[in-house]
Amino acid sequence: MTAAPTSVAFDGPARRSAPVTRPSWRSLLPWAAGPVWIIAACVTWRWPDADDFPDTTLLAGLFLAGGLVLLLAAALHRLSARAPWAIALGVGLAAWEIAQAKLLWLPRPFFGTPQDLLDVFVTDWRKLGDSLLHSLALLVVGYTIGSLVGIAVGVGLGRSVRFRYWVQPVIRLIGPLPPVALLPLAFVLIPSSRVASEALMSLAAGFPVAILTWSGIAAVDPAYYDVARTMGARGRFLVLRVALPAATPQIFVGLFMGLGASFAMLVVAEMLGVKSGLGFYMQWAQGWAAYPNMYAALLVMSVMCTGLMTLLFRVRDHVLKWQKDGLKW
Amino acid sequence: MVSKTTTVPLGLRVEGLNHGYMIGGTYTSVLENIDLTVAPGEFVALLGPSGCGKSTLLRLVAGLEPPRSGRMFADETPITGPGPDRIVMFQDPTLYPWRTVRRNVALGHDIAGRPNDAVISDAIALVGLSGFENAWPHQLSGGMAQRVALARALVNDPRLLILDEPLGKLDSLTRLTMQTELSRLWRDRGFTALMVTHDVEEALLLASRVIVFSPRPARVIADLPITLPPHRHRDDPRLLGLRKDILMQLGHSEDW
Repeated sequence: MTAAPTSVAFDGPARRSAPVTRPSWRSLLPWAAGPVWIIAACVTWRWPDADDFPDTTLLAGLFLAGGLVLLLAAALHRLSARAPWAIALGVGLAAWEIAQAKLLWLPRPFFGTPQDLLDVFVTDWRKLGDSLLHSLALLVVGYTIGSLVGIAVGVGLGRSVRFRYWVQPVIRLIGPLPPVALLPLAFVLIPSSRVASEALMSLAAGFPVAILTWSGIAAVDPAYYDVARTMGARGRFLVLRVALPAATPQIFVGLFMGLGASFAMLVVAEMLGVKSGLGFYMQWAQGWAAYPNMYAALLVMSVMCTGLMTLLFRVRDHVLKWQKDGLKW
Repeated sequence: MVSKTTTVPLGLRVEGLNHGYMIGGTYTSVLENIDLTVAPGEFVALLGPSGCGKSTLLRLVAGLEPPRSGRMFADETPITGPGPDRIVMFQDPTLYPWRTVRRNVALGHDIAGRPNDAVISDAIALVGLSGFENAWPHQLSGGMAQRVALARALVNDPRLLILDEPLGKLDSLTRLTMQTELSRLWRDRGFTALMVTHDVEEALLLASRVIVFSPRPARVIADLPITLPPHRHRDDPRLLGLRKDILMQLGHSEDW
């Protein structure tokens, strides 16, 4: 007891000074990101292209703007955790630019240059944006209907013996079937390809949502019902205010899986039947051998998917804020 | 104020109650021919060996399940299901993890559709948890969670409080405090209390009457009025004498 304070006082200052000198290069890391991008801009601008590529000057300007933004972020101390990523991205883009636009290492037209990709956004942004909106509209309708029906079916399976008797065999037969397999049939049976795709997307989303809602409700501690029942709660309260909130963590797992299944269904439906959307754009681009357009559509699609996934996780984090810990997206 | 409301205590009458469960295809009798009368305002403790069916009796009285045969009356009304005048407090707090402390306490009001913020605040203050209204259940200690469960029961202004080993899982010091609080609440509020416990000392400290059950199937083997003064001490020689008698009834004459 008496020795401890003395020893702290003795070797305390020596220990405290050590961490200040050691990670100094780490504190400089955010300042490296901006220059990397500015160098990429110079290389793009000054090094002559191997062929007549569009928008080289615009691309260099964008790299330069990116570099200046990163320098500003470093000055405002907003870059510390993301600095390694910002540097890696700058190096990667510069390497792509050098390998393809300056040295032409990879076979064209399958591999484009950064300016080819940029040019698609510059010249074709209207059509890309329009395709994005069409895809989003199709997805949101199908996914929302599928999720709501899935939750309702899951509650029915979890709470009603008679409902389970009739519905469970149907779900066991149809649920595991990839909804894509039903696409040819759906296009024949449903005159509107749009409605057919939405129906199949609902099915794709609804199956995992229904199963996980069911499993969540089946796992509810019976004591939760007893507590509410002893205070006079009946069916409606027990379902909406006890069973559903208790099952929410599982329901969100189902919603997450259902969203992934809807993405797959969306792309296939747009490639095979619906005459709009990003999947259709990609199919069209491939038909014209417009590979940069395909890459652009892929990029837009992946931004859309990750954006929607992020949105879903935000909603989940808000709804499940009572949980002790949870997966962070 | 919650503590000043005058509760009309409930009288309970149980006649010829039988109950049991199908376990592995065979019927196991849990309660056999139970007759029991609890006068309004009594604090009755049910003692008995583990697994003898005391908790089953509480579930039947609460109306959570129907008995196999026999009749139960709350005052003179037959008990056919749960009712907010008979509130159960379980061994586990079973707070809803998705509700804050305040929203958990408000559960009974939500069910009845009659929110009353003042009553809820008073109940939280009564169990000493003011300032924790917005905490989540996972942030509470076991004792605090059980206090929330007590407040959640009290906001319904129960005429019969059914206590299923409510202090059974608490640490011994928290248990001492909660025993004192339960005793005080019963005297202040005047509800009828029916409590299952394994703790003979707890029964003698709190109850105005102790009923001892036999091993399963449960039958009443002793019914002792406790005429000790309201503020009891654990080392009161009369209490120690009663404790010895009850332990002998339970077949533990050598163990005390």
